[in-house]
Amino acid sequence: MSIADTRARASRLRPLGRMVAVRVLGVLGVLFVLSILVFAMMYLAPGDIVKNLLGNRPTNPDVIAAVREQYRLDDPVVIQYLSWLKGFVTGDLGMSIRLQQPVADAIGDRVGITLALCLLAFVVAVISAVPLGVRSAVKAGGWVDRTGNAMSILGLSAPTFAVGLLLLYVFAYYLPIFPVYGGGDGGVDTLRHLVLPAVTLALGLGAIIVKLTRTAMLRELESDYVTFARSRGLGERLVRRIALRNAAIPIVTGASLVLTFLVGGTVLAETTYALPGLGTLLQDSVLFKDIAVVQSLTLLVAVVIAAIALIADLTYILLDPRVRRQMGAAS
Amino acid sequence: MSDIRVIGVAPVRRRRRRLPIGVAIALGVLALAVLAAAFGKLIFPDAMHQDILASTLPPGSPGHPLGTDELGRDILQMAVAGTASALVGPVIVAIGSMLLGVVMGTLAGYERGWLDTLISRWTDLLLAVPVLLAAIVVSGVMGGGYWVTVALLIVLFSPSDIRIVRAGVLEQSARPYIEAAQMLSLSRWRVMFRHILPNVTSLVVTNMMLNVAFALVAFSSLSFLGVGVAPGTADWGRQLTDGRAIMFQNPAAVFVPALLIVAVAVCVNLVGDWIGQRLSQVGEEVR
Repeated sequence: MSIADTRARASRLRPLGRMVAVRVLGVLGVLFVLSILVFAMMYLAPGDIVKNLLGNRPTNPDVIAAVREQYRLDDPVVIQYLSWLKGFVTGDLGMSIRLQQPVADAIGDRVGITLALCLLAFVVAVISAVPLGVRSAVKAGGWVDRTGNAMSILGLSAPTFAVGLLLLYVFAYYLPIFPVYGGGDGGVDTLRHLVLPAVTLALGLGAIIVKLTRTAMLRELESDYVTFARSRGLGERLVRRIALRNAAIPIVTGASLVLTFLVGGTVLAETTYALPGLGTLLQDSVLFKDIAVVQSLTLLVAVVIAAIALIADLTYILLDPRVRRQMGAAS
Repeated sequence: MSDIRVIGVAPVRRRRRRLPIGVAIALGVLALAVLAAAFGKLIFPDAMHQDILASTLPPGSPGHPLGTDELGRDILQMAVAGTASALVGPVIVAIGSMLLGVVMGTLAGYERGWLDTLISRWTDLLLAVPVLLAAIVVSGVMGGGYWVTVALLIVLFSPSDIRIVRAGVLEQSARPYIEAAQMLSLSRWRVMFRHILPNVTSLVVTNMMLNVAFALVAFSSLSFLGVGVAPGTADWGRQLTDGRAIMFQNPAAVFVPALLIVAVAVCVNLVGDWIGQRLSQVGEEVR
């Protein structure tokens, strides 16, 4: 049974509240399984657990005892897992062995720049890609379509860091308009530092969104209601607006695709421009085997992805009048 | 199936004799890349030889048309020698995920029932996993090395294959020839893999091409983040990463491998799209 089947059945048989609850429970189930995997990372990493958790701090029996106590290594695995999970939920993520500071603080220091980068890239991508996708679909086969298609193939084929390095070379070194690297001193300066990384990310994001929009829009424009609207003499602009509203549903559903790209792309863009964000934090922590940080970030990303996917799903169900009407009929 | 197709294809083929110019160029580039992959290491066996006394030379230096890196290695030679490593991983990943997709997709599409539910949920789950993140975390923390990365990418690339095969099998299963095969009481494996599978091959091949392009990008991204192939290996991703340090002395050190990665990925995409379009048009003629 696919999601669509579940969704269709749920919307027919159950009132809204029950259905939302089923969705949320499903997501929680997946996160639960994932949290076990992430917890197991501690054991799967090669080498002695205590040593991995200590890093290169000088060891003596007291320190080892403290670590064993903190991670409850002497308790059964289930207790260890539960106490670890409780820590995660309450915001106590342990200590980073690389930074010698609580993981929560390390993440808190860097989350702002990553959020700003993602948001900026997302806005740039949507503003440029959705109109391009619509135009491509409306004049399918025309020069806009072909340029858009070429751009989206290029955007999907060019690794984020390759684009980043090229932009960096041209716009920061050859023509010194933007800073080469770093996160700036906050405010406008940080914004200036974020322009190139955001454009870099937006190219890949935009490529996906153009493709999604074009496909969805083409399908809507070929449907009967558009032909009917045109035959009744509705203006082309109005027809396009109606079609876009319908096309928005598959576009929003494709959000998870966009999101998974964004997660990987952020790591690459931040590394390319040496931005002090979560992406570079993850990469440095992985290379240093700073497991507490890697665990926290992985689970955090999973929670964010699950939450956004859930919200996208729910808005899709709630905003589609057809689904709403079906539900009204059922309840 | 095949005799039905002949009717539709005859006029179509004549119309599509001429290769679009873009696709022709793409095929040419890919042919060159395959040649370089096969013979690159034979032509330049010393590409990775380091010279401690040497230093970075800019492009256009005598004997080094694209210059050298800080270890005196010729950029052009490294790029040619690195083709094999850059292409082998992505091709293995694409083929592996295709095999996984064919088996799981066929089972899900033909058997339906709980197996289908299980496999479909599994693909839903995998599609939500950021490939790059998973690969960094697994190969970085667990120190798996190159082949663990390959295995991981095979699993993470398989959902698209599974879905496509499943949809194709579902569509084929409803056709009369399958009913006929079932009535002859052929074994389900025979029906699945001898009768249905050949008819979804076109979809599978198209998707495999696209996966090669995505895997190429993924591998080079992993190299860039320091969890790819071992240092000292001739490989585009590796070369690009190493070249970053001398980007401003010799931009070719970064942009030659970057250009090669992008060019091959674009060409594979173009050829894949073209094959897909051709096959889907042929399919429409049949219907």
